[in-house]
Amino acid sequence: MTTATEPMKSKDYKSTVPPTWCPGCGDFGVLNAVLKAFADKTMSIDDTVLVSGIGCSSRFPYFVKTYGMHTAHGRVLPVAAGLKMSRPDLNVIAFGGDGDGFSIGGGHVPHVVRKNTDLTYILMDNSIYGLTKGQVSPTSQVGMVTTTTPYGAPDNPVNPLAFCLTYGATYVAQAYSSKSKQVQELVTGAMEHKGFAFVNIISPCPTFNKINTFDSYKESLEEVPADHDTSDLNAALKIALRAKEGKTPIGLLYKVERPTLVERLTEIRQKAKGDDNFDLNKVIDQYIP
Amino acid sequence: MTKANDLIIRIGGEGGEGIISSGDMITQAAARSGLEVLTFKTFPAEIRGGYAMYQIRFSHEVILSEGSGFNVLCCFNKEALDNNRSQIEKGSVLIYDFPGGDIAEEQNIEGVHCYPVPMSKIAKEELSTYRSKNMVAMGAISELFSIGAIPLRELIQEKFGKKGQEVVEINFKALDAGAKHAREHLKKTDPFQMDEGKPQKDVMIISGNEAIGLGALLAGVKYFSAYPITPATEVAIFLSKHLPKVNGNLVQAEDEIASLANVIGASYGGVKSMTATSGPGLSLMQELIGMSSMMEVPVVIADVQRGGPSTGLPTKHEQSDLFLAALGSHGDASKVVLSPEGVEDCIYLTTEAFNIAEQYQVPVLILSDGSLGFRTSSIKKPDPSKIKRIERLKYEPGANGDKPYERYELTESGISAMSHPGQPGGNYISTGLEHAPSSAPRYSPENRVSMTDKRFGKLDTLEDFVQATEVDDMDGAQVGVIAWGSTIGTAREAVKLARAEGVKVAAIYPKLVWPLPLKALNAFAKKYPKTLVPEVNKQGQLASLLRMKTDMKPISYNIYSGMPFTPKMILEKIKEVSK
Repeated sequence: MTTATEPMKSKDYKSTVPPTWCPGCGDFGVLNAVLKAFADKTMSIDDTVLVSGIGCSSRFPYFVKTYGMHTAHGRVLPVAAGLKMSRPDLNVIAFGGDGDGFSIGGGHVPHVVRKNTDLTYILMDNSIYGLTKGQVSPTSQVGMVTTTTPYGAPDNPVNPLAFCLTYGATYVAQAYSSKSKQVQELVTGAMEHKGFAFVNIISPCPTFNKINTFDSYKESLEEVPADHDTSDLNAALKIALRAKEGKTPIGLLYKVERPTLVERLTEIRQKAKGDDNFDLNKVIDQYIP
Repeated sequence: MTKANDLIIRIGGEGGEGIISSGDMITQAAARSGLEVLTFKTFPAEIRGGYAMYQIRFSHEVILSEGSGFNVLCCFNKEALDNNRSQIEKGSVLIYDFPGGDIAEEQNIEGVHCYPVPMSKIAKEELSTYRSKNMVAMGAISELFSIGAIPLRELIQEKFGKKGQEVVEINFKALDAGAKHAREHLKKTDPFQMDEGKPQKDVMIISGNEAIGLGALLAGVKYFSAYPITPATEVAIFLSKHLPKVNGNLVQAEDEIASLANVIGASYGGVKSMTATSGPGLSLMQELIGMSSMMEVPVVIADVQRGGPSTGLPTKHEQSDLFLAALGSHGDASKVVLSPEGVEDCIYLTTEAFNIAEQYQVPVLILSDGSLGFRTSSIKKPDPSKIKRIERLKYEPGANGDKPYERYELTESGISAMSHPGQPGGNYISTGLEHAPSSAPRYSPENRVSMTDKRFGKLDTLEDFVQATEVDDMDGAQVGVIAWGSTIGTAREAVKLARAEGVKVAAIYPKLVWPLPLKALNAFAKKYPKTLVPEVNKQGQLASLLRMKTDMKPISYNIYSGMPFTPKMILEKIKEVSK
């Protein structure tokens, strides 16, 4: 993690662009907690890049002073991965929503996860498409009435935590946008983690989602047990699957260490005796008849 | 016996019978003995089985194309003979597996020199390994036409030495048995005999796909991400081996969308980045091509075209992605498309593609094709120290005094300095949204117009920058040929043949095909109002773009059978339209 030399306050990271979110949006809480985490770790403004996809939450980078990329719908992870591979010196943090990450971009998640790509992925999960004004999302409950499911959603939702655990993520956590301190802690842990770190942040949409509301989460939130062994994959999966009982577990589910993509690529370059001044005539001469 | 200066040998048989590997070997042997070589291959999309063909053209002069037809046909089986029978011309040679193979009868074709060689029988009975059949055939070919006998033995030693001397010996024996059969049982009645060339020091032999990889290395590529796809995979295979040596990274992405996304991320970080694909992959990349155009992030995309649409003809030749490359992606997306003519161009146009991408901060596409990608050709070795490398205009911290940095600053050239993460004061959000000069989203009509004009206007100087259009003038020419991509070499040969017959014809070869080099094209059309555009696609894609952007009324000559043009086909058309 590249840090600044001067002490920082969270307002020091705020850009001049005011957030475009609706009043009461859960994403404000995430923004504040993430900036606190940045300040706490004195993250360098110049060496940090926030990369996002498309959706309400994907506007995140505009509100922060660091470098950033606002990419295409569903492509936040492969863009962020390409940046991190070529510039491992940078802090690269990916942001997006549930539709961006698990519907249109869902095909990328298994691969970015299994490669243990050195990224922090902060997903703001509101179980609805907000930017297009209220359509069913991949984390919407079955039966949910939205503008495209007037008779109730026919599909089962994905379980983002179980999804990432199954493909081999090395840091998996869930937080709730109103619990600012926990969001800050889990995001900090994710940024400090070596490898792919996933933080799913429940971030209610008061405008378009009338089912998964701040009130409803009061009932379903459930702290990860204090004695949970975060290196136990089966135990982590069991907690992730509490969603089936209508529960919303929050806290750190899983954290282990294994070689990261950047480390593996470094090994390959070492095996090939990588040299910035390599003489290309040595390649050309291999093709002399 | 007359010495041939130009010889084309076609070898056909069942895929998996070692046609490609033995063809590669005799090609290399000929190049080693100082001949110019150019190969042309077609094979089935399946791993094994199906008809495979390998054609080699040998010459003492620079070879422009795979040629028209063949002088020598060597058939490993009946299917190869059946497929080619109608193309066997008088005066040519037929070598075929007989007796002992699946060709039941001795062949007697009027005016054709027919040489039966019992390849299967010798392999099975004398050498007790059917796998040596291809080497028996190579032995006979080498003997009959005096091609690379000594280098062929050296190559067998080099290639099979690792597998043990036993394997080397078996191949030597097969080669000798084929040569012996030719000497003792065949009466050579044909005139084809290649003079030995002078071994050249500065020659390399490389495929079109490998040449794109080499061009990328010479340009300074440091990041490559791709997804396997025929016929482009060899670009990735080449770079996977060599890119780590220059401290670059290569990854295989989960799909083509991810590979271009990777490349855009890497280039945003300041690293020269590239991907390679074929039609289906290029279709998937369209949205992100527009994004890199909007973000003004330099990227290079090689598209090794194949027959489309959909899965189409994965291993066959077509030039049908020009519309997609030039006009694809939603909205008004500015981009650049280049079309290499041959293997050497694959090197230098790829370095040029990087230079254009860096200079203009745009996506640059290179349109190669299946027959060029698989073609191997002897070319002059490039000199890495002589390659021009252009870097993007970089933001210099503090260069603007107190004025805040604007990533998309409106400048006279339309090109704005690009900062890279880590640079103090260079912070901005690279975005696919319409944006103000500062990079903040802005949708006002004035801003929209000025930003769109910036993204297109910056390419106004491109035609002079690239200088990749070649004009071959001729006073009094009745027709002007316009060719692109690998059809250029074939057109060059056709023009040469036409002039030898006294037909007056001019030609223009644009290797920058989008935006069209209008200055050169309009000047050409003014001199030669009747233009002929041969291209391997149904719709006449270049001809359509010419009609769209110029006053030309080109005559389209389109083929789309999965095979490239031959010089003779274009020659006949030139003669026809010259009348």
